[in-house]
Amino acid sequence: NATKHKAFPVLELNYDYVRMPFEISLWILLALLMKLGFHIIPRISHIVPESCLLIFVGLLIGGVIKAIQEKAPVMDTKLFFLYLLPPIILDAGYFLPIRAFTENMGTILVFAVVGTLWNAFFIGGMMFAVCQIEAAAAAHVSLLSCLLFGSIISAVDPVAVLAVFEEIHINELLHILVFGESLLNDAVTVVLYHLFEEFSHADTVTVGDAFLGVVSFFVVSLGGILVGVIYGVLGAFTSRFTSHFRVIEPLFVFLYSYMAYLSAEVFHLSGIMSLIACGVVMRPYVEANISHKSYTTIKYFLKMWSSVSETLIFIFLGVSTVEGPHNWNWIFVVFTLVFCLLSRVLGVVGLTFIINKFRIVKLTKKDQFIVAYGGLRGAIAFSLGYLIHQDEGSKDTRGMFLTAIITVIFFTVFVQGMTIRPLVELLAVKKKKESKPSINEEIHTQFLDHLLTGIEDICGHYGHHHWKDKLNRFNKTYVKKWLIAGERSSEPQLISFYNKMEMKQAMMLVESGSAAKLP
Amino acid sequence: MGSSRSSLRRVPDGQQLLQETGFSAAVLLRLHQRFQFLDKDSRGHLRSEDLEAELSENPIGDRIVGAFFQPGQETVDFPSFVRVLAHFRPTEKNRTRDGVQPEPANSRNRKLKFAFQLYDQDRDGKISRTELLQVLREMLGLQVTEEQLQSIAERAIQEADLDRDDAICFDKFRKSLEKVDIDHKMSVRFLE
Repeated sequence: NATKHKAFPVLELNYDYVRMPFEISLWILLALLMKLGFHIIPRISHIVPESCLLIFVGLLIGGVIKAIQEKAPVMDTKLFFLYLLPPIILDAGYFLPIRAFTENMGTILVFAVVGTLWNAFFIGGMMFAVCQIEAAAAAHVSLLSCLLFGSIISAVDPVAVLAVFEEIHINELLHILVFGESLLNDAVTVVLYHLFEEFSHADTVTVGDAFLGVVSFFVVSLGGILVGVIYGVLGAFTSRFTSHFRVIEPLFVFLYSYMAYLSAEVFHLSGIMSLIACGVVMRPYVEANISHKSYTTIKYFLKMWSSVSETLIFIFLGVSTVEGPHNWNWIFVVFTLVFCLLSRVLGVVGLTFIINKFRIVKLTKKDQFIVAYGGLRGAIAFSLGYLIHQDEGSKDTRGMFLTAIITVIFFTVFVQGMTIRPLVELLAVKKKKESKPSINEEIHTQFLDHLLTGIEDICGHYGHHHWKDKLNRFNKTYVKKWLIAGERSSEPQLISFYNKMEMKQAMMLVESGSAAKLP
Repeated sequence: MGSSRSSLRRVPDGQQLLQETGFSAAVLLRLHQRFQFLDKDSRGHLRSEDLEAELSENPIGDRIVGAFFQPGQETVDFPSFVRVLAHFRPTEKNRTRDGVQPEPANSRNRKLKFAFQLYDQDRDGKISRTELLQVLREMLGLQVTEEQLQSIAERAIQEADLDRDDAICFDKFRKSLEKVDIDHKMSVRFLE
């Protein structure tokens, strides 16, 4: 028997050996084909945002998999937080419009921190009330579980927001407000989530515990930023020495930022904030050091990764919806939806009232509406919902929470996502002004910055411009020397801007010229 | 508010300035305090040295100081000081436009005009190549070669100058800043 030879000695069907990488490749291929398909079909991407179509495809696939009685892959929380989320956040952080971001820092922080806190406690408290009043099968849900639920559902999702806002080309102010909020509220979400989960296992919660919770918010956010800055400086410093070995330059950027994310996650710090800080710190120095080709590589790799991740997330969201444990509770779901909308509107209107007392350019009613309406929920809420511990007693609760979360995600992505474009048109919200970068604009903007710094100094009022000037000076005298190699370390911004522009124009000239100038 | 209005009497031309500049009484009082602080010898007016001390690190400090002084005058009193600062007051959205009143100092147009005049030192209504070069030299300092400065100035004039008179007039200046939110960029939040 043992001596019996097969017809072909080597040939064999061994799918298990390649199963994992093969299926991953298949999923990515599917994502790419879908993306391609939606761009080829005319006009459909004008009516429906891509993210809706992707979720829909995910639903279909989930249905098919279920029909043939296979087990569909649900969106694994680890997969999401370690592999799918970082590319999107790094892309967002690396290409963050820093100017707009710092100028609106106060507003963004208030929306992200106070706004999310308000949403979490309002929704949590209200849902607890709903659980009490109704004789519906939700009376066993404790206050802490409700608050946990509130903290999961209240975080605006950067993936969903980016996916929808990228397409409608809204003006820079509104874009940075909603987008900045979605990036920064991670710190609040992480703290609230871990805090409530720890509390729900403890027997009693004292005032001291609550105070420690507040402290841990600062630790989580500032610690995350610190980790990011450290890795960012390391990355910048390393890129100083790569001039003889150009091919590894992009990899340094990716590795250092990914390690910043992981190192922050080790301590339950905010990985998202760490990643953003790393990208923001690294970029100016790395760009001065590396070659133009490496820069292009970094740019396209980031764009590619984030777009594939985003596509996969939405498809997975659809698939997991079909598969996930469900416990539909009319009252709970409807009230969650109502209170999510209500608290968002109340929060934005209330906070804007306060913020407008301090802002130079006030937020108009239209702005408030778009900010409130643009608060989409997405896969982060879903993944956090999955993370809730599966205690035997709370199995129903977990199913109920997941169903409510999914409903809210679907509502915000489908209804709000699909209507936001016509609403922007209807309200005549200012769109992004697209135009070529001009050297005049750059010169005059810098001139105005110096002017405003001067005026602030004369008034003895040390504001935004004053501190920016101080930071620039510090950067020029101490930091640049260490992080940027060669003569570029003393090169002013205007010169590098000019060089970049010249380069772009020369390349365009070559591209168009070779065809046009032939006799 | 009542107390700040009554103490406004100590400010020269207080009531009139309130009307003219649109500052609130509290802001005006605070600016007056600052004025008195800058006025080291309590002469009631400032000389350019007083202001220059605050702007020693600013590359275009001389220009900014110069903007406070009327041509030919060596001193600036409080009302003129405030009138200059009024250009930097944030713009209100719901301003009533009755057209009778003169354009307020903080309108987009007057803000831009103010900046333009900082470039246009000989006040001929144009930024000439030499004037632009001067500004660039001040801002970039010794870090760049004369050639680089020349090529940037060349490029900037070429880009903005459509009628080829080798200078940038106010209209072109305004045009090149069309995308920039001037209300935001040229406003200081004055403390009360």
